[in-house]
Amino acid sequence: MTTPNTPDPLHLAVALDGAGWHPAAWREPDARPTELFTARYWTDLVAEAEAGLLDFVTIEDALALQSTRFEGTDTRTDQVRGRLDAVLIASRVAPLTEHIGLIPTATVTHTEPFHVSKAIATLDFVSLGRAGWRAQVSRPAENAHFGRREHVPFTVEDLDRPDVAAAVAESFAEAQDFVEVVRRLWDSWEDDAEIRDAATDRFIDRGKLHYIDFVGPRFRVRGPSIVPRPPQGQPLVTVLAHATLPYRLGARAADVVYVTPRDHDDARAIVTEIRAEQRAAGRESETVHVFADLVVLLDESTAAARDRKARLDALDGAEYAGDALVFTGTAADLADTLQDWQRAGLTGFRLRPAALPHDLHAVTRDLVPELQRRGAFRTGYEAGSLRARLGLPRPDSRYATPTAAAS
Amino acid sequence: MSTSRKQIILGAYVGGVNHHTVWSDPQAGSQIDFSTFKHVAQTAERGRFDFFFLAEGLALRERLGLIFDQDVVGRPDTLPVLSALAAVTEHLGLIGTVNATFNEPYELARQLSTLDHLSGGRAGWNVVTSFDAFTGANFRRGGFLDRKDRYTRAGEFLAAARELWDSWAVDAVAADRDTGVFLRDAKAGRFAFTGEQFDISGRFATPRSPQGRPVILQAGVSPQGRDFAAGGADAIFSPYHRLDEAQAFYRDIQARADRLGRPSGSVKLLPHASFVLGDSEADAAERHRDITRRQIGGRTAQILLETVWNRDLSGYDPDGPLPDVDPDPDGPPLAQGRARIAEDAHRRVAEWRALAEAAKYSLRDLAIHVFGRTEFVGTPAHVAERIDTFVQQDGSDGFIVGSHLTPTGLDEFVDKVVPLLQERGSLRAEYTGGTLRENLGIAPVEEVGADARVA
Repeated sequence: MTTPNTPDPLHLAVALDGAGWHPAAWREPDARPTELFTARYWTDLVAEAEAGLLDFVTIEDALALQSTRFEGTDTRTDQVRGRLDAVLIASRVAPLTEHIGLIPTATVTHTEPFHVSKAIATLDFVSLGRAGWRAQVSRPAENAHFGRREHVPFTVEDLDRPDVAAAVAESFAEAQDFVEVVRRLWDSWEDDAEIRDAATDRFIDRGKLHYIDFVGPRFRVRGPSIVPRPPQGQPLVTVLAHATLPYRLGARAADVVYVTPRDHDDARAIVTEIRAEQRAAGRESETVHVFADLVVLLDESTAAARDRKARLDALDGAEYAGDALVFTGTAADLADTLQDWQRAGLTGFRLRPAALPHDLHAVTRDLVPELQRRGAFRTGYEAGSLRARLGLPRPDSRYATPTAAAS
Repeated sequence: MSTSRKQIILGAYVGGVNHHTVWSDPQAGSQIDFSTFKHVAQTAERGRFDFFFLAEGLALRERLGLIFDQDVVGRPDTLPVLSALAAVTEHLGLIGTVNATFNEPYELARQLSTLDHLSGGRAGWNVVTSFDAFTGANFRRGGFLDRKDRYTRAGEFLAAARELWDSWAVDAVAADRDTGVFLRDAKAGRFAFTGEQFDISGRFATPRSPQGRPVILQAGVSPQGRDFAAGGADAIFSPYHRLDEAQAFYRDIQARADRLGRPSGSVKLLPHASFVLGDSEADAAERHRDITRRQIGGRTAQILLETVWNRDLSGYDPDGPLPDVDPDPDGPPLAQGRARIAEDAHRRVAEWRALAEAAKYSLRDLAIHVFGRTEFVGTPAHVAERIDTFVQQDGSDGFIVGSHLTPTGLDEFVDKVVPLLQERGSLRAEYTGGTLRENLGIAPVEEVGADARVA
């Protein structure tokens, strides 16, 4: 229940990647650039996010080395290069955390839906119901790493070319099929399929395991999964979207869509478009969160944040500007912006700390208390799954039939 | 501690998707909850085991077109469980079975490298292949691989994975914030591999891991399989438990490894082993009889014999004589997703009939005799003595140990047998190595420096 005087609580996540989202972040005095590939580094970051009561963390990944070029690798040696597999980072951190949601990135273009489904289901088991997945379409340069697809080279500027547009549309159609298969596999065991009935010598009731029999133009998958239904039933599916095609994918297939508005009105327009797609997909009765992504540099004063950005830009030799708006300012200013954008229809935010640990600490130690003072953020975790935290019910398996009356 | 004694290698497995696991035991716990895997791994670490081992199967087993419901069904995904176990153990190696047929080198090499990073150098990979369309029905490419190509696939997969693991020099990451040099080599990760199965190139996305490469396990008994394993594996599953057969296999593998130019002792041989302990020999034998009869009930007996008959035997009384029909080895497979005994089924059935007649075995008695596999039955002292002797006499380098009871079955082995092995000087009292390789006593991977990689 809310009144005009008490704002809706907002959802807050952080996106973790390397030393932070600014390419020069690894050179900051408090950065830990020699530890980026260690368990301790990731455990510390996620523990900090949990101390800040955040909804979840996402972990970036790709099946390619980072690059300044969209279409392939570069030869720079002054930026962070190399990542660990995000699903395994999330699994590694799971036993050492208790509440925070864990949402690794896994690509859909070259991977197997069967493998991704069982990996995220297993993450849900090891985290006791805190797993999600950010589904990501690969860039074309990743094709050569697998050698099983034609490589149609293109850059961001070519996206309007008809052949490129067709290839991109094909990638998103594949992504939608991929998510569908992953979700069906999560449902392929009903919750009570394991019966351990010694009297009849049956470990499972095989009537509660289901072939998913997905047949699409890109793959066929029979099922059932080898992993029983995960604790949440359906772990969270999330996607990052910047345009109509991915908005549509999110509206049709995801629980959370991350978007990149430039201001309040832009946020409103994007939310409106996603809600229309959601209705068109027949999902208007379901909860689909729309979170805005923001890169954040937070300091005691706006000037200090701007100075820090200028210093990092100078180190990198370029002004940093990514797909998401870069916010430089104080935690209080950011709280104002988040609340303003929330009124545009957003339900949460995925903040991308420009530098780790500095901007993560600013989120957990400055922004969160500020939002709490305004009554806009939780003051403690409630028991329950990640889905429950986001107001998503635990769905029955799509294959479950209402129990027929006995006898 | 005598330095001349071989140190016994011990691995631990969680009983899984087969009739050995007695899920109906009142003490049997979850086969899927993380707490189960954590308990077994921490118990193994308490017992100073070298590693924890996970099996894999990528399709649920079927019989007569229906999902087989009698044994344990379902398991977690291998690598996420091992990564989570890295958080709750400190020294234990973490070896996972992952299929080379339904994975691609770039993705899997990254995952294994990640596991090695996140465990501080404790990762291992048991390389398996499959070629059946049944499993393929869960994957993009379906049943694409011919049986004859499976070693080609596995060999090329390993070679490609090595290329990827070696693509980052050990010192490629400088991360020197003062000079602004993150990478010492602008081409770090560059790789190319071309073969019959793979044509891949680019840059690998994960820096070199603590062990350089994970420890590689393989199984293989055929001459082709033996050569393959002797050439590329750090450890091999041995299927032999009789000392003379095991010693012959041991010598054969070492000779093949020698011919392939590998240093002596660089391939470890590890049979699987289950155990039943008792306060006396008679007590152990009694417990063993009881456990085996619970593992192989009447239905399970019929199903185990079906692996040779390839006929539906559910109509034959388990307590009656062997089925009087001939086997049908050329018929369509009765069961999918489980090993079929590939040798001459007619001859095998004839041998079993002779055996059953001589020993007055019922159908179920015969199944228990043939499939009731418990390697070590006896008092803890007796079992410790037999394990140690087997290893010291080069029947193997150790064992991969598991129990019919999940998850607590390993506890009594660690409580009762491990101290005796330690007393004999054949098992470490404390871990000494930092990585799985060091604990296993196998040589580190040769380090590739940045200079060596500059083309």
